[in-house]
Amino acid sequence: MIYREAGQFKTSYAKDQALFSIPMDKNFVLSIIALAIFIVPLLANEYWLGSILIPVLILSIAAIGLNILTGYAGQLSLGSGAFMAAGAYMAYKVATNLTFLPVPIAILAGGLSAAFAGIVFGIPSLRIKGFYLAVATLASQFFLIWLFTHVDWFVNYSISGVPSIADYKLFVDFGPLVTGAKASVEARYLFVLGFAILLALAARNMARGNIGRSWMAIRDMDIAAEIMGIRPLKAKLSAFAISSFYCGIAGALWAFCYINNVEQGAYDINRSFQILFMVIIGGLGSILGSFLGAAFIFLLPLFLSNFLPVIFDIIGDIFGYRPSIDIISHIELMIFGGLIIFFLIVEPHGLARLWQIGKEKLRRWPFPY
Amino acid sequence: MNLKKIILSLATVAVAATTVSVGINVAMAGAAGEQKIPSLVYRTGAYAAGGVPLADGYADYYNMINERDGGVNGVKFVVTECETAYKTDRGVECYDRTKEGATVYSPWSTGISYALQDKLAEDKIPLLSMGYGRTAAADGSVFKYVFALPATYWNQATSIIQVIANENGGLDKLKGMNFAYIYLDHPYGKEPIPTLDILARKFGFTYDKYPVAPASMTDQKSTWLQIRKSKPDYAIMWGWGAMTPTAIKEAVNIRFDMTKFIGNWWAANESDLAPSGVKAKGYRAAAFHGVGDGYGIYADMKKYLYDAGKAAGDGSKAGTTFYNRGLVNSAYVVEAIKLAHKEFGIGVMTGDQVAWGLEHLDLKNDYIKSLGLNGLMPETKITCANHEGQNPAILIQEWTGDHYAITDEWIPAMTDITRPLIEAEAAAFAAEKGITPRECN
Repeated sequence: MIYREAGQFKTSYAKDQALFSIPMDKNFVLSIIALAIFIVPLLANEYWLGSILIPVLILSIAAIGLNILTGYAGQLSLGSGAFMAAGAYMAYKVATNLTFLPVPIAILAGGLSAAFAGIVFGIPSLRIKGFYLAVATLASQFFLIWLFTHVDWFVNYSISGVPSIADYKLFVDFGPLVTGAKASVEARYLFVLGFAILLALAARNMARGNIGRSWMAIRDMDIAAEIMGIRPLKAKLSAFAISSFYCGIAGALWAFCYINNVEQGAYDINRSFQILFMVIIGGLGSILGSFLGAAFIFLLPLFLSNFLPVIFDIIGDIFGYRPSIDIISHIELMIFGGLIIFFLIVEPHGLARLWQIGKEKLRRWPFPY
Repeated sequence: MNLKKIILSLATVAVAATTVSVGINVAMAGAAGEQKIPSLVYRTGAYAAGGVPLADGYADYYNMINERDGGVNGVKFVVTECETAYKTDRGVECYDRTKEGATVYSPWSTGISYALQDKLAEDKIPLLSMGYGRTAAADGSVFKYVFALPATYWNQATSIIQVIANENGGLDKLKGMNFAYIYLDHPYGKEPIPTLDILARKFGFTYDKYPVAPASMTDQKSTWLQIRKSKPDYAIMWGWGAMTPTAIKEAVNIRFDMTKFIGNWWAANESDLAPSGVKAKGYRAAAFHGVGDGYGIYADMKKYLYDAGKAAGDGSKAGTTFYNRGLVNSAYVVEAIKLAHKEFGIGVMTGDQVAWGLEHLDLKNDYIKSLGLNGLMPETKITCANHEGQNPAILIQEWTGDHYAITDEWIPAMTDITRPLIEAEAAAFAAEKGITPRECN
């Protein structure tokens, strides 16, 4: 009885088509956004904002991107890391060579370049499916990284090959610093949060609109979708383009607002796998799941590395045995792997499903079953 | 349904525990009167074979100073390790977690040192990247808080060419020679190429490039078949991780003359050579510090740490190349803190004060000898403008079949060639970032 859809009557088409048609949902999302914008920067310290929330938000954007492609359109991709790199390198190029453009435009330009790369590497999806497509997208992973590390134009001919990101203000000459080491952590957080909110709302809108429905139709049965009049070319390539756009934005933000340089190692095949795991753990075809999955995959190792030494200190005081630091590090990996398997067994549909179960329980409150 | 409950309660416990453990970490950071040394280590992951001895050596020297002298002038060190697994994002997180009151960072990773460099400058904490990281950082007028002592990649490349020249009777004998340059296809491996190009033009030798892709480090069959065909006079390698043992194994397979094979100082780990054992005898690697445990300091290390059971690791790494590298790294920091104590008074030094100490390091051989580090550490003089040291030089260590031995004296680098390059690259960096280089007089 706490949460209910029943009895909420809509009296106009506009209300029926609203992004969140139930006031309860709408208020909840609005209050989360307000909390993230106004309260979190006041409460959280530098460590939480800079090392936890910023990377989680950036990876969430990438996970939403891959979720559009894999979760909604059903096209398996292992190239997310490369599309992030495309965004980062091109955003760097635009920011350093077209200095009159404000940095958000540079990041969007990075996203658009990644979208273009996504379209090119999405073309095979018209002919091949499933694991075969995953292998084809793997080509983008290796080719794009190779391109960015071997064509010096992308790094402005720097000998070291790892260009550093300068401190940019929000609008060229005015506004707060939002990138680089001099920018305050609050400014960087809000900058990244702005992108995350806008992109998440846009993704949610697309998913329930015409384009999202065509993706899901293609995912569920491409031949049936084609017979119904959905053009696979348009649906698949738009999914690749938009997914890569999201990944590109995430890659650019990762370079500009988190690690302060454009380094190929940040976008290697492991990053692609990490994002794929986020989508699978979070829940395929769910925007909320992208956030939950990103938080789970990124934060669990950090939590273990913060928490395990404390546990072992306590155990050491009681039993007089203290495992060496490398054993603790390895235990961390084991627990991480174990928890992933545990979650997949008990909740194969991802963390987003837990949220749905929670909602159902609230609906039946006070007698949930 | 029970499983669902378990998940929910696990999640609740996790959130609560994070809050508590972060709180504890912050509380531990507040311990006063001790010099805090955060140590970013990689004891796990693909590069652990290098990371473990580096971390052990780095921690052991501080702990030995604590045990033997009660710290520096009574100020003890606290080494806090943070596991990065060689990942840049984990390194950044570790930095944010440990930076409160931190003295100096040596992350042993090119990626992490690039990512931290600007943050450290902002927080006024020095980055001591010995033999890795941004080469241009040797220009202290642009990189105030980065130290690249006692030598950089570019100078190492010139020294290796010098070694080859010495062996063949002088620099003029290099004319017409052909080298194979085997490198990790990564910014790290490509960094010496501009220097090698200049040297090739100047001395009239040629060299062929053999990149090894980071994704397939252990797949070098075709590379070495090509090398067998082209029969280079020498092979020079910029290797890292699994690439090095693979290259050595393949070189042995094609019966390449191991005495003509020279690796850089990261292709020098004992565990890289061990699989090939005596077959790799004669392989040489560059070093910027001594190798083995035949140094004065090891008597104290044994007495206060290994015999007392206080070593950071299992103690098996003592005297290996990377262990000594970690040890020498801490020795530089300890010397910088001693200098800072003289300047700012005895107490816990801030990062800025340690940076001052590093910038005024002037270690003479007599003094190094009194520390028991004779042969481990070169004479070093750092200035405001030169963060690499006035006389960068390398040692050559040769694989005898089961261990490394130093074969030669210090071989000086051709700084007249590299210094203008370093200054030009630093100036380009400063221009792009909008930094005004400080005055160094």
